Amino acid sequence: MSFTPDISVSVCGVNFKNPVIAASGIYGFGEDYTDLYPLSELGGISCKGTTLNPKDGNIPPRIAETPSGILNSVGLQNPGVDRFIEHYIPMLEKQDTVVIANIAGASVEDYEQTARKLDSTSVDMIELNISCPNVKQGGATWGVTCAGAQSVTKAVRAATKKPVIVKLTPNVTDITEIARAVEAEGADAVSLINTLLGMRIDIRTRRPVLHNNVGGLSGPAVFPVAVRMVWQVSNAVKIPVIGMGGIASAEDAIEMMMAGASAVQIGTAIFGDPYVPVKVCEGMKKFCFENNIEKISDIVGTVKPW
Amino acid sequence: MSYYCGSYPIVEKKAIAADIYSYVIHCPEIAAEAKIGQFVQIKAEGYTLRRPVSICGTDKKNGTIRLVFEVRGKGTDTISRLNAGELMDIIAPLGNGFTVPAAKQGRIIVVGGGIGTPPLLDIAKLYGENCTAILGFRSFDRVILDKDYAAAGARVIVCTDDGSAGEKGNVSVPLANELAKGDVAAVYACGPIPMLKVIVEQTKKAGVFCEVSLEQRMGCGVGACVVCACTVIRDGKQQVLRVCKDGPVFNAEEVVL
Repeated sequence: MSFTPDISVSVCGVNFKNPVIAASGIYGFGEDYTDLYPLSELGGISCKGTTLNPKDGNIPPRIAETPSGILNSVGLQNPGVDRFIEHYIPMLEKQDTVVIANIAGASVEDYEQTARKLDSTSVDMIELNISCPNVKQGGATWGVTCAGAQSVTKAVRAATKKPVIVKLTPNVTDITEIARAVEAEGADAVSLINTLLGMRIDIRTRRPVLHNNVGGLSGPAVFPVAVRMVWQVSNAVKIPVIGMGGIASAEDAIEMMMAGASAVQIGTAIFGDPYVPVKVCEGMKKFCFENNIEKISDIVGTVKPW
Repeated sequence: MSYYCGSYPIVEKKAIAADIYSYVIHCPEIAAEAKIGQFVQIKAEGYTLRRPVSICGTDKKNGTIRLVFEVRGKGTDTISRLNAGELMDIIAPLGNGFTVPAAKQGRIIVVGGGIGTPPLLDIAKLYGENCTAILGFRSFDRVILDKDYAAAGARVIVCTDDGSAGEKGNVSVPLANELAKGDVAAVYACGPIPMLKVIVEQTKKAGVFCEVSLEQRMGCGVGACVVCACTVIRDGKQQVLRVCKDGPVFNAEEVVL
């Protein structure tokens, strides 16, 4: 019997042609990879973390290779929400892919005002970065306590009608508490995990390899942590979970969906192979075909725990 | 301007100095578009990040590019184990390249420090005898490409820190001598930041057009991730730009080193 597997998914009523979203921070605003393939190959793009005012970011070096991953401390360098709206959204809305604005701030008011500005634009969803580990008060401070996460979620919820995704940090004792807290304040979905806080030291100079001293760990090294947290959170909340953290292949993406993710984001793997998002979609179709799965969404949360 | 990502055959590999390798890669579409001063991102099997390496010459007729790099760590060591006949996975050509006038406008100087010498070679080929190449190295066993520069017709001045080859000392002394002659139209430089700082000061003082090519730890290499930041002063305003896409070549008047 022959059939064409359906790899489209729906998250918070937004339709994605496939479950693969370019993760925020790796993909900029999408324009830099179009030499290789159109953005329409992606289910969606989560844009570079955007703040109310432009930010210059941290002093380099901002990146270091680690076993099976990287440490980064970009520090939310971005052109600011006004430039994002004026320059990037008009380009992005023509790309036939779901556009997710990712926002960060130093105060609740920053988040609220940024979300309010985006409410009247064509972006499909807003992702709240309450988990950036690289900026003082750049997000992580909100994301590590229930009260902090709730205050930001509540303010943004009131500022926009667009679906709100809250991106969670893994640098907490119990991520399910934070997930439940933002669900209670009206978050439409959660995405996880952001990077794990890490550090490397050059033993010759005794200097940290990142000028920011510490940075966020991502890549295949964090994948098992991400799968565990996605599984725990998807069992703790009713809203959709978007899974990310070290996905580098279709098998990884399928595993993440079986853990409970309705869609996935891919970041670090794109550095090594920019075609990973496209290859993951092809691999998903193949997996569905070989396993007689008509819709990829049928595998979400189907892990059979011992 | 566009770039490509793919695996291309290695047609030649040579060890040219201690820990320094020269590769010739057959990649016609990349060679057709490559400009002097651009770079490639090479995949190191088993590593997360690609390694940026400058293009040391493009042969548009044969569809090849040449890459010369130094083994600095495990990633570049892995790449250096690739042999002729095997494939190298690269993203290229990347970055902006040097502003090199096609017509020979007076005399130009290229200043290369260590592994900063490769990206300037095609400028010497373009200018021939109107080019003076000042090449600085740590010691005699690190000297590379001096014969290639000479073969291009350039006048070559080699300097080493310990005096074991060429003149003893750094590149700033011969550069000062050349600038003093008053006939230099432009200076192009690539090398360690302390060297570039001095060159920028010297050329500013002499009022000579100068471009420098920078190195920085990179992520994507195509402009998306804003990891490889560099500060410039443009139109009186400080801006943070990307070494990979807005550079790696910057105007000496603008760049903050």
